[in-house]
Amino acid sequence: MSDFSEELVRSKTEDEQEESCMFSGTGMSFPWLQKHIETVATGGKKEKDFAQTTSACLSFIQEALLKHQWQQAAEYMHSYFQILEDSDSYKRQAAPEIIWKLGSEILFYHPKSNMETFNTFADRMKNIGVMNYLKISLQHVLYLLHHGMFEDANRNLSHAETWRYGEKSASQEVLINLIQAYKGLLQYYTWSKNKMELSRLDKEDYAYNTAFQNMLNHSGKMSVNLCTLIQTPGVWDPFVKSYVEMLEFYGDRDKAREVLTNYAYDEKFPSNPNAHIYLYNFLKREKAPREKLISVLKILYQIVPSHKLMLEFHRLLRKSEKEDHRKLALEVLFGVLDFAGCTKNITAWKYLAKYLRQTLMENHLAWVQEEWNSRKNWWPGFHFSFFWAKTNWKEDKALACEKALVAGILLGKGCRYFRYISKQDDQVIKKKIKRIKKSVKKYSIANPGL
Amino acid sequence: MATLRSLSPSAEHHNQSWPTYEDIYKKTIEIAKFLDLPRFPDITEDCYLHPNILCMKYLMEVNLPDEMNDLTCQVVKMTGIGEVDFLTFDPIAKMAKTVKYDVQAVAIIVIVLKLLFLLDDNLEWTLSNIAEKYNEKNKEDKPWFDFRKWYQVMKRSIDEKKQKWEEARAKYLWKSEKPLYHSSIDKGVVYKRREMVVNLQKQFSTLVDSVPTVEKKRPSSFQFNWTEGDSTRTCFHGHGLQGILKKKGQSLTTKNSLYWLSTQKFCRSYCKHVTTYEESNFSRSYQFIINLFSFLLRIKTSSLHEEVSLIEKRLFKAKYSKTKKKSRSRKGRK
Repeated sequence: MSDFSEELVRSKTEDEQEESCMFSGTGMSFPWLQKHIETVATGGKKEKDFAQTTSACLSFIQEALLKHQWQQAAEYMHSYFQILEDSDSYKRQAAPEIIWKLGSEILFYHPKSNMETFNTFADRMKNIGVMNYLKISLQHVLYLLHHGMFEDANRNLSHAETWRYGEKSASQEVLINLIQAYKGLLQYYTWSKNKMELSRLDKEDYAYNTAFQNMLNHSGKMSVNLCTLIQTPGVWDPFVKSYVEMLEFYGDRDKAREVLTNYAYDEKFPSNPNAHIYLYNFLKREKAPREKLISVLKILYQIVPSHKLMLEFHRLLRKSEKEDHRKLALEVLFGVLDFAGCTKNITAWKYLAKYLRQTLMENHLAWVQEEWNSRKNWWPGFHFSFFWAKTNWKEDKALACEKALVAGILLGKGCRYFRYISKQDDQVIKKKIKRIKKSVKKYSIANPGL
Repeated sequence: MATLRSLSPSAEHHNQSWPTYEDIYKKTIEIAKFLDLPRFPDITEDCYLHPNILCMKYLMEVNLPDEMNDLTCQVVKMTGIGEVDFLTFDPIAKMAKTVKYDVQAVAIIVIVLKLLFLLDDNLEWTLSNIAEKYNEKNKEDKPWFDFRKWYQVMKRSIDEKKQKWEEARAKYLWKSEKPLYHSSIDKGVVYKRREMVVNLQKQFSTLVDSVPTVEKKRPSSFQFNWTEGDSTRTCFHGHGLQGILKKKGQSLTTKNSLYWLSTQKFCRSYCKHVTTYEESNFSRSYQFIINLFSFLLRIKTSSLHEEVSLIEKRLFKAKYSKTKKKSRSRKGRK
């Protein structure tokens, strides 16, 4: 057997040699061999023209969608439906999902299509093959919500909730949880509306009680629906937020705290800065001790050092009694200003100016040097260039002054930024500039030699 | 006597592929043999299937000058493929075979183009330059045929046609009126599926604008139409070949004196093909010409190439018998 295959290989290469140099040779040619090699990919069956035309059709559909040619896409789609009857069972099973994705896209944008067409299409596609029911239902619901069709969305969700088919696979499990969660979200929406109504009603009002009762009903259902999903690892911001709001309204602080802590700290969940922000805001509302708040924000600092909450974090750290907190306060401030989005944040600069003075007054030069060492190569160009001096002075004199003070302290009074600002003649802030010059003289860490 | 079993398609292939030219050709011969048909009517020079006439038709269709007809007739004569006995189909003869009339005619045209232009990606363009220069200076006279201009016009036209053909193919609906099923168990499922597909199609057909019906064209076997005086699509029928012919005594001969064979050596093994076509071995011009004609006839490029090689074999019989004696002599394109 092996000899024969060797022979085949040899003769094929000889054949190629013959073709390439057009010499007369003694090679054999096996044109049929090429065809057989091609069929290896298709599992031994020659690719029929049906498969070829349908895949060409698919690429035409995709091209038309890319070019926003909805008309053309619909034409090709019309011909593509025949793939649902493909004798190749593998292709036949994969077809509904493809058709749903492309078809829904077309129906969403086509000028002649409307909600009714979309709904009919979705209903049809749901019932082709069992595995797609939940996924398509969910996407259908999102479409309805997008168009504000609340009741229909709710109805669809209810249908989907009760779907069962033999043993559920893991992926279907997640979908079912999602569907319940969206139901919960819709219930939150109704609950929220009721809440607003309630706030306008008087306690004495007869409608008050019914409204209150309605709300209670919804909240009960909400709990049930949202609970399961929130416990599975994932990013569920809108669901968590609504759930916590409801819990807080009814005074169940413990449960709320539990949910938020779990959401932020459970290792199985993906790292999510919002989780920490929600927890922090909740604790702030609860008037939790400073230590607790600091520990929560510390994690946020590690994930998103440029977040606007960092300034709040700095304030908390600054007031602490622990020395390493105060050191961290300086770190945090420098960290915030590392990012381009905060370069014009006057609060950040004000804090930095003030805190630098404070730190140096307390003789913590080492802290400042440590922070400055890694930055002295690029901060001058990043923040304190001549261009920035001019722009800042033109746009916001207060900001320019704060920055000038920082620049003076860190780079010395010879630096461009400080020189430019100090030379400015402005009646209003003349005094301020004088004060800045004095501070710089007193506190600057820059050596004249550098 | 061949049995009909070899002719019946399997259930799998039902409506899933278009039959190829080769298939139909083989089956024609098999059926004719099976039915014991007598010799077909003679194909003489004034018959439509005679290469002279078919060449004329295809020359017109691909927008080549009418003057090339002389050359095609000459090649036909020299190769002997215009003979009655060669052309007529005789199923009960010992070796029943028939001629692929259209493929052969087109192959002749390819050979004539090779004779005139060599098609080595070089000479044809040089000759085009000469023709262009002449045409610019002599706008009143009958223009010389310019290969480059012809190529540009044909390429554009063929690309358009090919695009439309591909689009039509992609939209082709394969399934028959009644759905097929293998057994009674499948019947329910298959019918349900068909119903779904029909409903979906109905829904989407409302989104598609009804195409305004194109004026009914008279049935014609011509895929291209070229008319004089159309400025956007030049018609080359009336152009002259003076630029590429020169006088030699009493007659004209081609300026090009070289030729290269499409196939050096034919294999004599048990495989059914005589030669293979590996595109990258040939010049771009040759590839273009082969692609053009094989698209026109909807056949595989290798089939056309094979036919060209076979006719060249006839044409250069002498040269071939020489190569058999000399082995490993350097040949090929000069």
